[in-house]
Amino acid sequence: MDKDFAARRRRDLIIAAALAAIAALTPLFVKDVVVQNIMILTLMYAGLSQSWNILSGYCGQISLGHALYFGLGAYTTELLFTKFGVLPWFGMLAGGVVSALIAMGLGYPFFRLRGHYFVIATIVIAEIGLLLFHNWEWAGAAMGITIPIRGDSWLKFQFLRTKLPYFYFALALCCLAWFVTWWLENSKWGFWWRAVKDNPEAAESLGVDVFNSKMGAAAVSAFLVAVGGSFYAQFVSYIDPESVMGFQFSLLMALPAVLGGIGTLWGPVLGAAILIPLTELTRFKFGGSGRGVDLIVYGTLIVLISLALPRGLLSLFSRPKKTGVAR
Amino acid sequence: MTALLETRGVWQRFGGLVANSDVSISVGRGEIVGLIGPNGAGKSTLFNLIAGVLPPTQGSILFDGEDVTRMPAAVRCQRGIGRTFQVVKSFETMTVIDNVIVGALVRNTVMREARRKAHEVLEFTGLAARADVLASDLVPAEKRRLEVARALATEPKLLLLDEVLTGLTPTEAQTGVALVRKVRDAGITVLMVEHVMEIVMPLVDRAIVLDLGKVLVEGKPTEVVRDPKVIKAYLGDRHAVGA
Repeated sequence: MDKDFAARRRRDLIIAAALAAIAALTPLFVKDVVVQNIMILTLMYAGLSQSWNILSGYCGQISLGHALYFGLGAYTTELLFTKFGVLPWFGMLAGGVVSALIAMGLGYPFFRLRGHYFVIATIVIAEIGLLLFHNWEWAGAAMGITIPIRGDSWLKFQFLRTKLPYFYFALALCCLAWFVTWWLENSKWGFWWRAVKDNPEAAESLGVDVFNSKMGAAAVSAFLVAVGGSFYAQFVSYIDPESVMGFQFSLLMALPAVLGGIGTLWGPVLGAAILIPLTELTRFKFGGSGRGVDLIVYGTLIVLISLALPRGLLSLFSRPKKTGVAR
Repeated sequence: MTALLETRGVWQRFGGLVANSDVSISVGRGEIVGLIGPNGAGKSTLFNLIAGVLPPTQGSILFDGEDVTRMPAAVRCQRGIGRTFQVVKSFETMTVIDNVIVGALVRNTVMREARRKAHEVLEFTGLAARADVLASDLVPAEKRRLEVARALATEPKLLLLDEVLTGLTPTEAQTGVALVRKVRDAGITVLMVEHVMEIVMPLVDRAIVLDLGKVLVEGKPTEVVRDPKVIKAYLGDRHAVGA
């Protein structure tokens, strides 16, 4: 039985390594910049959704305010870079730490809320963050920050002529988020999180520190999402409040996980692989019509999935349960 | 030797309602103690006070020589108090083995050891064949047993059982009784809240009867069931006359 379990864990790791290797090779064959762009965004959202899944999927604290951490990562990096000349690599770490700290600071009052009330709080807080940045003169207010371009450089993590470095970074981020999830899944934290999600009162009676479990999940989740935000800021080289902290990011982190299978290891990757290319293609195709059409596509998809497969697409592949008879 | 568990003058008020008034009980090491009483006697409240769901309005609770009155439930679990819930609270999206691992993690920080401990407990409670089934797919009697298994995985000194035998078929209840005996034989003290007198009485070493929030009678089960006060509390005045 233990062997089965260890074998399953190893199989997941091998599949992930194989997928990562295949992904790493695709740019050799795919030279189209538009397609490369879609691949970068897909990998990025897969990583973001995987990170979101740690707090919302495993620990069950549904957040629709993760855009806040995404934006904080972006802003921390670019403010440090444009105002103090700190290299984006350090800015990225700083953004992660700032976001993790803020996530815990917010968790302190809000993890006492349950269910829908918690969700509402996350939305409201992210909107407040958005408004603050809209009005914060020093941070560029509504005008945002344009990242000065000084030519291709790994040190400054900016590239004009090629998208490949961004692609590999997005891949690395996705792999990191997946690996962290894989590793935590079979740890005390992973078990605590799932217990907290399913039944906090029972978890408490079994010695689980419910409050700190949530805090831990929030910190890891926010840190990784902020790293994604830093990356995105470098990738688009211009940020303003809406373009890195808008509500759509919160949705785009949640939807892949929900579509693929919330609280599962592979759900976010699968969901992102379907959803993001679809969004980008519909946007490409119905360009100029605003954000309307792609959002209609999402909406319809999510409604259909939640009606037909409430546990996500992955539940299609789950093996039939073993049936044992109790003695 | 001091008692493993002791409550001293415990009161619990919910607004104007007094659920426990001046309850002082003690449970010795290695005992199986039954906490019985009619509906609304305050059994569940006392049970929850001992488990640490809420602190008593007044009074103190001592466990293993330590004052645990203000300790949260999770810390009490670490100190050695395990419990089950009257309305089962399985982790429904997790498998049976994973449910038990959560409990085992209290004393085993290494995953491999926690998993081994969990398998041991499933073997002990007769759930081994169901290890990889989702908790939501268990039948009610199995869910009750999972509650016990999870609590046992925390390696408690005192196991609090909240109506684990209620609502089971006679065969299932007998299996449950055997399990409780087995638990005690493994050196764990048991305090059980129970409703069904005829199942509990042969099982327990001592019975504590609560009525209207107070300790009514305490003693050997055979004496307790004959006590006029107990008969009156359960059945009303008319039936106590002959006693």
